[in-house]
Amino acid sequence: MTATTELKNIINEENVVYKKTSVLLDNEMHYCPGCTHGVIHKAIAEVIDDMDIQEKTIGVSPVGCSVLAYNYLDIDWQQAAHGRAPALATATSRLMPEKYVFTYQGDGDLASIGCAEIMHACNRGESIVVFFVNNAIYGMTGGQMAPTTLEGQVTATSPYGRDCQTTGFPMRISEMLAMLPGTRFVTRESAETPGAVRKLKKAIRKGFENTRENKGISFIEIVGTCSSGWKLSPVKSNEWMKENMFPYYPLGTLKDE
Amino acid sequence: MAKFIGAIVVDTEKCKGCGLCVVACPTKVIELARDVNGKGYHYAHMANAAACIGCSSCGLVCPDTVITVYRTKAS
Ligand SMILES: Cc1ncc(C[n+]2csc(CCOP(=O)(O)OP(=O)(O)O)c2C)c(N)n1
Ligand code: SF4
Ligand code: SF4
Ligand code: SF4
Ligand SMILES: [Mg+2]
Repeated sequence: MTATTELKNIINEENVVYKKTSVLLDNEMHYCPGCTHGVIHKAIAEVIDDMDIQEKTIGVSPVGCSVLAYNYLDIDWQQAAHGRAPALATATSRLMPEKYVFTYQGDGDLASIGCAEIMHACNRGESIVVFFVNNAIYGMTGGQMAPTTLEGQVTATSPYGRDCQTTGFPMRISEMLAMLPGTRFVTRESAETPGAVRKLKKAIRKGFENTRENKGISFIEIVGTCSSGWKLSPVKSNEWMKENMFPYYPLGTLKDE
Repeated sequence: MAKFIGAIVVDTEKCKGCGLCVVACPTKVIELARDVNGKGYHYAHMANAAACIGCSSCGLVCPDTVITVYRTKAS
């Protein structure tokens, strides 16, 4: 067999082992090349597909680069004011307990302007899932410092590197929330390798399943990259993340009750 | 153990040339093309098709989900 006929034999509908789930719409994502938001969207969409809950899932998108998440996942959505997604999700899940309700928030959205909002939603133990995308920067607005920005990290508003003496210290949000009795499942994941994506998908499934039991909130942090804000290529961004973010934001499950 | 052979198809017009699939591939199948697509990105393609084992690693990490993976038993 020649190489081309062999290829033609492989590329055949019945041999498909991986393709875009139909829960992802065909719209081209507006994200920069290599942006972790795309991988996380895909992981959530695949779990929704696997669990067959597309008609029962309601997402709340934030203010931040992922504000347009509703253009990419074919489920019902609401869009919240900056940092206020947990409030909308609280109302939605209380009014429609049969739905699977989640928020999708960046670190500027959740850890800065929405810090009080998430604290209280976690303290109340709402039956929702929170996806917290920590890329240590305000991506959408041009790469300003976030509460999660690492010490010494250069951003548009910390051009000489974050100085913790004047701006405080990078906040480990997951650790803080894990202390609250209202949180049931708190984990920190990533999405830069196939193994990490598979692990993330397991956590997403657990989060959605937890919402059936009214025993507290599931909080899933995903440490990700923002190659535009960090001014590195997508591949270099992943390397920088592993070297600098993972030691300060260690991956793994903090709480699973 | 049965040996598997695989292949990928990239939706080249939607690829953003980020290169994450290139580093995720365990058998070094993928490269970014010298040519660019309509958006100006060096799209991903199989430069070494014979090495593909259809493991789906590239598909899982692609942020734009533009890779379809095929796999079958080697004859
Ligand atoms: C009330 C209000 N304040 C400020 C802004 C400006 N703003 C838009 S996005 C954003 C931060 C986004 O950062 P993050 O939540 O980390 O999301 P990313 O883009 O990094 O994913 C800010 C401050 C706004 N839109 N509304
Ligand atoms: S600015 Fe950063 S977070 Fe926003 S789309 Fe680009 S890479 Fe992603
Ligand atoms: S399916 Fe696996 S072997 Fe084939 S190109 Fe993708 S990562 Fe490489
Ligand atoms: S990961 Fe996807 S978008 Fe990035 S280069 Fe590969 S095929 Fe293109
Ligand atoms: Mg951010």
